[in-house]
Parts: sequence; structure tokens; C-alpha cells
Amino acid sequence: MSENINKHETFTQAEYMVMKDDLLRPIEKVGKAGKIWIAFLVAVLLAGVVAYIIQETKSKYVTTSLRDYTMWGIYISNFLFMVAIGLVGVLMSAILKLTNFEWYRPLSRIAEVIAIGAIMFGGISIVVAMGRPDRLLNLLLHGRIQSPIIWDVIGITTDLTACIILLFIPLIPSLVTCKNHLKNLPKWQLKMYNMLSFGWQGTPEQWQILKKTMKTLTALVIPLGVLICTITAWLFATTLRAEWDSTNFGAYFVSNAFLLSVAVMTFATFVFRKAYNLEKYLTEMHFDKLGQAMVLMALIHGYFNINEYLIPAYKMSGLHENTLLNLFVGKEAGFYWSVVIFGIIVPFLLPLFPKMRKPLPLFIISIVVLIAGWFRLYLIVIPGLLHPYLPIQDVPASWTHYFPSAVEMTVVAATFAGVLLVVTLFSRYFPIISVWEVAEGELEGKEEIFNYK
Amino acid sequence: MEKENNNSSRRNFLKLGALGGIALAGTAIASAVTDESTKATGKKVKVLTADGKLVEIDSSLVDHHAANDDYSKEEIRQGIEGKKFIRVIDLGKCANERKCITGCQKAHNILAPVEYIKVKKMQNSPLESPYWFPTMCYHCDNPPCTKVCPVDATFKRSDGIVAMDYDRCIGCKFCIAACPYSARTFNFGRPEQVKYSEEHKNDTSDPNHCSTPYAQEGTVAKCDFCTDRSAQGLLPACVVECPNGAIYHGDELEDVVTNGEDTVRLKKLLADRAGYRQFEELGTKPRVYYLPPVKRDFPFEDATEAQNTKE
Repeated sequence: MSENINKHETFTQAEYMVMKDDLLRPIEKVGKAGKIWIAFLVAVLLAGVVAYIIQETKSKYVTTSLRDYTMWGIYISNFLFMVAIGLVGVLMSAILKLTNFEWYRPLSRIAEVIAIGAIMFGGISIVVAMGRPDRLLNLLLHGRIQSPIIWDVIGITTDLTACIILLFIPLIPSLVTCKNHLKNLPKWQLKMYNMLSFGWQGTPEQWQILKKTMKTLTALVIPLGVLICTITAWLFATTLRAEWDSTNFGAYFVSNAFLLSVAVMTFATFVFRKAYNLEKYLTEMHFDKLGQAMVLMALIHGYFNINEYLIPAYKMSGLHENTLLNLFVGKEAGFYWSVVIFGIIVPFLLPLFPKMRKPLPLFIISIVVLIAGWFRLYLIVIPGLLHPYLPIQDVPASWTHYFPSAVEMTVVAATFAGVLLVVTLFSRYFPIISVWEVAEGELEGKEEIFNYK
Repeated sequence: MEKENNNSSRRNFLKLGALGGIALAGTAIASAVTDESTKATGKKVKVLTADGKLVEIDSSLVDHHAANDDYSKEEIRQGIEGKKFIRVIDLGKCANERKCITGCQKAHNILAPVEYIKVKKMQNSPLESPYWFPTMCYHCDNPPCTKVCPVDATFKRSDGIVAMDYDRCIGCKFCIAACPYSARTFNFGRPEQVKYSEEHKNDTSDPNHCSTPYAQEGTVAKCDFCTDRSAQGLLPACVVECPNGAIYHGDELEDVVTNGEDTVRLKKLLADRAGYRQFEELGTKPRVYYLPPVKRDFPFEDATEAQNTKE
């Protein structure tokens, strides 16, 4: 820490203009690479839509690899993944904000947009997995509150609404900034900024209301985010199947979600920093902090992992034996241990070294953690389904294993493209780093936001 | 509702008269029997009389309803009054002849590899001898599947049957995940099945035909204890087709189960033969009991032929 950490520095109007310029630049001009990237995402998303139409119009027995035993496939494990990274808004925005970790300021909006995109496409993943999406309305007409699915429907819609409001309210002053600062934009865009800013004047009274609302909502999204992760775990823990029969499951899912949240934040921070030249705002300090957070979260998740797997393995009861041995030494062992190594040991060990907390190494680690995290959720859903209490006998070969079909993989790829598209498009129309929040941080002398050392 | 009940009781009354003519008594046989039917098919069906006797009559004497013709949604949700269906499977009698499986498939117009009733080779430990284990929906009294259903598409009826409302099911498959016995199956729209269902939607020719329809595409299906046949006092297809009489089906309230040949006291059978339920420790309280595979009628012969190899 430097000696001038407590120096209250007010910046000049000129400096403020530079900051505005820096942060609003991605909105002003979309470069060639940016356009190609958006076109690519749209193409993948459309491919997913086509794949889904094929799935729904043709026989699912042919278009998907789902069968009676593996009736839940990568759609459901992908849903779990989306819900997990949806917790990034809670961890990287709400929790840091409420605990006064000032380095949250340039990160919070990125985190919230990712969270909204992920939760949205998590919900879509569930609908895609349904046998009769045309009867979706039955959930409202005949919904039974006893069913964890209804809990999830209520939780996800509530959380999504709260997240959108929490994203929108601090955006209002930014919209006015956009309206006043960016004159070369199409008319409709300026009109949109004007309309969405609801006549924001920036009076002290308005600021007071804004801050108060933000604080309440920030406090609200924490339990909501934790809740939807937990309910999603309960979808499994409320069944009698050995592989999910765990009192530890809610905490296990939440800890996993926190770890993946740090990883996805690292990933996004690195990409935005490079793509939009935001090195001045998304600094090495952020990666240092994210690396430390990753170690902590990997430790916590490792702890719950021991509870989840090693303790039942110690007892090796007849009911758990089947599925546990399959993971430890059976067909899925290579898979399982890679996930443990790359999903828990790597994010725990490597960022312990300061060199690994530099942007590029941490970015690579975060990709590894995200991939391992996706497969960890795959391993929660699918191998267990193939190891029920009563042995699987007398079924066609395709019923005894699961490998996702091209249609399923395309749809899952499209959900990823969808999340990336939501985040990309948002950052092209709205400031992805909140100008006023960063400026406010600096005005209050919290320069650790920019300069850690 | 009122009207429907009146109708069905009148129908029952008429049927009763007709049945009297052929010395079959009892409201339990609720299928319309016509005097005009002259052509005997030669196929014999077993029907259970009210006093627990089993008689064999020509299948032409029993009228089969076309799928769903008078089986309203309300009826599906209501149990048959005064009944508590129950089943006992004598593992000592099962020789894995798979007749229950094929009989069930025919009765419900479903094709292999979908099996409402399965026969599994079980061996509890290396020193114990293997045995054949017919398994199906256990119609649990504490059903984990109905608990998790988000839309009440699967439910517990007063007569013990765990039934499905195929018109309401949204296909989330949570019930399949919740069932620890893997009893449920999903209609993924296997092309052969779709074609077969279309061709046979009005086919009631099977003497064991069960009028509760097969699941629509995208919904969950399972053994329904041949709901309509149970309602009429007819034995489910698997019970009728078992050549060894391994499956006893009956009514807990009457304390009687029958395999089509012998009709026995339920409680005495369970007490004498050490009846048990599968995975009692899960607390699901199944309505299907097993008699341990002792005093076997057949030596255990491993299956030589692989079943359901066709995709």
C-alpha cells in the first residue's frame, strides 16, 4: 500500500471529461472486430433456435440423446451452470458494495449484466428441457407450491426482476451522461436515453432517493441470489436418489456458484479491459483481488466437496456405493478427478502466487475453472441418473450411457452465445462501467479503485 | 359429476342383469356384455367374480371400450370407492418368461423397449443366489413422485393408485428423477411408437386391453395398475399373462389377492411367507409386496437372450 492512500484527491473537470470519454467510447463506435463478434454470437444463437425448432418438430428420441434413465441431460446441467454464474451479481456487486470493498465500483455493472444474462438463459434452458413447453402455462393454472419447481419459478422470476431493477436504477444518471455527452449517435438512441432517464435532474433529493433504493435492492438481491442457487440444489436434494441425497447440497451449490462467479468476473474483466481499452479502470489490482477471492472460494468449495463426497465415501453405504465408486474409480473417474484438479485445486493453489494473479495468468485460470465448473455440474446430474438403486437391465445400448446429441450441444452453445450477446449488446448501448460510481469513488479519495500500488 | 355417477350406476345395473344370464354375478364386472355377440373369438379371458372366484369366459363376451371413450378426466382423478388396490409378487414363482412384459405392452399398445413392468436379475450378495425380480410402479402410499410434480399431473387416488393426467403433464421429468425405483418412463416420441400409437389408437382387440391411454408425446408414463380394468374388477394384463401365477393383485380392504388361479387372504399370505417391500428404508410405503424367493418353483436359469437390443 502506498503512503498516499488517504490523500483526498479531487479531480478536475478536464480529468472527468477524459474519464467520460474513456468509458463511453465503446458506445460511440463499434469497430470491425466488435461487429464480427456480434455477428458471430447472433449466428450461434440463431443456430440454437433452429436446433430447438428441429428438436420440437421432430421426435425427441431422434434429435436428443435423452432416454428414460438419463431423462435430464446437458440442458439441466447447463441450467445449473447458468444459475451458478448468475450469482456473480451478488458476490461481485452486492456483497462488495455492502462490505465497503471499494474496488467493486468499476466491476459492479459488468457483474450485474452477466447475472441477468445468465439467469435469463438459465430459465430458457429449463423450458428447452421440457417435454411439453406448450403447456408452460399449466405452471400458473395448476401450480402446486409443494413442488420445488414452483419454488424455482418464483425464485428465478423474483431474482431476475430485482436484478433488472438494481441494474437500471444506478443506470439512470449514466443515461443522462450518455445523452449529454454522446451527440453523434442515431436519434432513436438519444431518444431512448432521454426516455429511460425519466427526467433525471441530479438534484440532491434525487440522489438521496437513488442511493437509498440502491441500498435496499442491493441488500435484497443477496438473499434472492443465494436462494435460487439453493432451490436449484433442492431440485435434486428433495429426491431419494443416493447421489443427490445430501443435506449438504444447498451449501455445496452456493459455494460452487461463488467460485464460478469469481471466475466469470475475472474472465469478463479481462475481456472488457482488452476489448475496450479499459486498463486504466480495470487494473491489475482487480486481478490481484479477484485472484485472492478465487483462492478463498476454492477453499470453501473444496471444504464442501469433502463433505459431499469423502464423508459418504468413508462410510461407503450400500446405497451410495454404486454412484460413488463410479465417480472415484469407475467409468467417470477420469472426468471426476480432472474436475477436482482443475475446478478446485488449480483455483486454490495457483493464485496463491502473486505472479498468477496478473491479468493473463488469472484469465487462463478462470477459463479452466469455468470449464471444470460446467463439467462438475454435468457430473452432478448425469452419472447419478445412470446409477439408480435398481440395476439398469434389458434396455437398448443408447439407454445405458449419455452423450449429448448435436441438437442438444447446439442449443447449449446458443445459451452461452445468448449470455455473451446480452452482455455485449448492453456494453454497446450503455456504459458498462458506471461513470458516476467510479467518479464518486475517486471524489471520496478511494483511489485504490485505480491504483493499488 | 352427479349425472355421471347416475349413468354409471344405471349401466352397472343393466350389466348386472346381462351377466346374470351367463352366471357371472357382481358389479365388479363393469364391462358391457352383449347377448348378440355370437362369434366366439376363442380367446379366453379371466374375470374375477364378486365372491372372489375366477372364471374364464370368451373374450367376445367382454366389451372393450375404445381408448378414453368414457374415461373422463374427473374419473381418472377419483379412486374407486371402497377399494385399496394392492399387489403381492411371489419371487419364488418368477422364471423370467417375460409374459407380463409383453402382455402389458399389448394391453397398453406400447412397444418395446418401453416397459411398465420390468424383470430384473437381482443378487443381493455374492453368496446369495440370484433371482428374478419383477418391478413396476409401486403405487407408494408416500409417493416421492407426486410430491414434486409442479402441476398435479401425477397424484395419489383414494384407491391407492398413483395415476397420471397426460393432458396436464408438462414433461419436466421431475417425477422420474424423484422415483427411486426407476418406474417411470418418458414418451420421447420414438418414431415407431408414434406410428404404432396412431395406428392402434382405437385398437381394443387385446383381451387384456387397458383403456387408460399411453402417454402423449412429451409426457411421463408408467404402470397404472390397469386402472380401468381394476375398476371393473378385471385383473391387470401382467397378472393375467403370467404363466406361473407369480403376481397377485387384489384389494387391501377386502384382504384378498389373486393371481388368477388362487385367491388368498392378503394378510395371511404376507404373514406366512414373510412378505416385504423393496427399499422399506426409503419410507415410500409401496403398495407392492414381495414374497422372498424361497421354495422356488424353478431353478434360476440365467437369461441367454438379450432383450430390447433394438434402439
